[in-house]
Amino acid sequence: MSCERAEELTPGYLDGELDLARSLEVEQHMHECQICARAYRNQTTLRSSLKNEALYYGAPEKLKKRIQASLRKEAKSEVFPRAFGWRWLTVGASLAFMLLIGVVVWRPVPRSIRPSGDELLAQEIVSDHVRSLQLENHRIDVISEDPHTVKPWFDGKLDFAPPVKDLSGQEFPLLGGRLEYLNNRTVAALFYSRRKHFINLFIWPSEHAGATGETTTQRQGYNLIHWTSSGMNYWAISDLNSVELHEFARLVQQGQ
Amino acid sequence: MVDGGVEKQEERLQKQNKLASFEEAVLPHLDAAHNLARWLTRNDADADDVVQEAYLRAFKFFGGFHGADGRSWLLAIVRNTCYTWMQHNRSPELTVSLDDDVPEIESKDLNPEALLLQSADTQMVRQALEDLPVEFREVLVLRELEEMSYREIASITDLPLGTVMSRLARGRKRLQLALTNRKHAEV
Repeated sequence: MSCERAEELTPGYLDGELDLARSLEVEQHMHECQICARAYRNQTTLRSSLKNEALYYGAPEKLKKRIQASLRKEAKSEVFPRAFGWRWLTVGASLAFMLLIGVVVWRPVPRSIRPSGDELLAQEIVSDHVRSLQLENHRIDVISEDPHTVKPWFDGKLDFAPPVKDLSGQEFPLLGGRLEYLNNRTVAALFYSRRKHFINLFIWPSEHAGATGETTTQRQGYNLIHWTSSGMNYWAISDLNSVELHEFARLVQQGQ
Repeated sequence: MVDGGVEKQEERLQKQNKLASFEEAVLPHLDAAHNLARWLTRNDADADDVVQEAYLRAFKFFGGFHGADGRSWLLAIVRNTCYTWMQHNRSPELTVSLDDDVPEIESKDLNPEALLLQSADTQMVRQALEDLPVEFREVLVLRELEEMSYREIASITDLPLGTVMSRLARGRKRLQLALTNRKHAEV
């Protein structure tokens, strides 16, 4: 082994990240080469000077209490729309303000047509959609084109059974499903595609048994379609054009 | 409105469950979160604020966390929160691109200094590590103080494994050089 190669491998050796064969080669070289052996000793010395409790900034006890308190507040405030930001400093003030709004405006209006709630929900859905596309495997927890695999996967993970349709015949192949946290609850997310576009279909039980027509919105270049039927809320989102996304929504609703 | 009452109760229960499982999975890593934030922000009060904000973010995204490694997941959020904080505070660290303006340090320059290093005191090491550019500092803190693997560091910093390795190697060299220079200045 050359000194150059040894120098390259020394950090990995030090960090225990080399395989056995390589480690042995490095060790062999250290026996033969004083310069590399010294460089290695330097690094171990450096390491031991960093392994010093005084350099580790553990959390102060009061920070833990502060965080627990703010988490409890945050957990409580999750019912309310987050229109006023969620930074801890403003949580108290927003809570009071939102309570006031709640008393004046919110209560008499049924949830399903509350516009500000839907606005925020739409924003949440866009974020979830974008996030799901950013991650490897598109964050599918169960990868399957078969509804009979995807649907049972949700069993025991949700308190409802989301309808899962096979739309491959209509060129909207199912890719899989996953759990998502939306609207303060765990929901089912089904992942479909059309050509190179991806569609997320979020499903969770509705508070109302009845059906509503489709509502369409656009946000950040994505098309969103929302409807309620058979006691379930549906949100479909994609960068697909709105005509085809409507076709998708229609197919999902067919026979319900 | 009996239904409404039950629903409310369920909702409350659900929220309590979420909070409880979050605290169980993520709160034990508070020291690690604080340590990273403190080294990145280099200030006690800022570190506290960043960690608190990171926890609230983590809580919000907890629904998306299904993995087993709560520490890496949290530290990635802490790191992002730190960088956002640095941007807001226009930290000069972020305006310098590290890979271009840093001269490579040859190992042979360091070798004669081996023994000097041993006598570097805590304060000196702390200062030298704080003075390192943030890109080197963060990988060193994760590796040496948190004892994380290359793979874990790569996932937290969102860097390729090779970059993690080269930053660690270069960060160590710089740290060594800084410490030996300090000792020289002292002598």
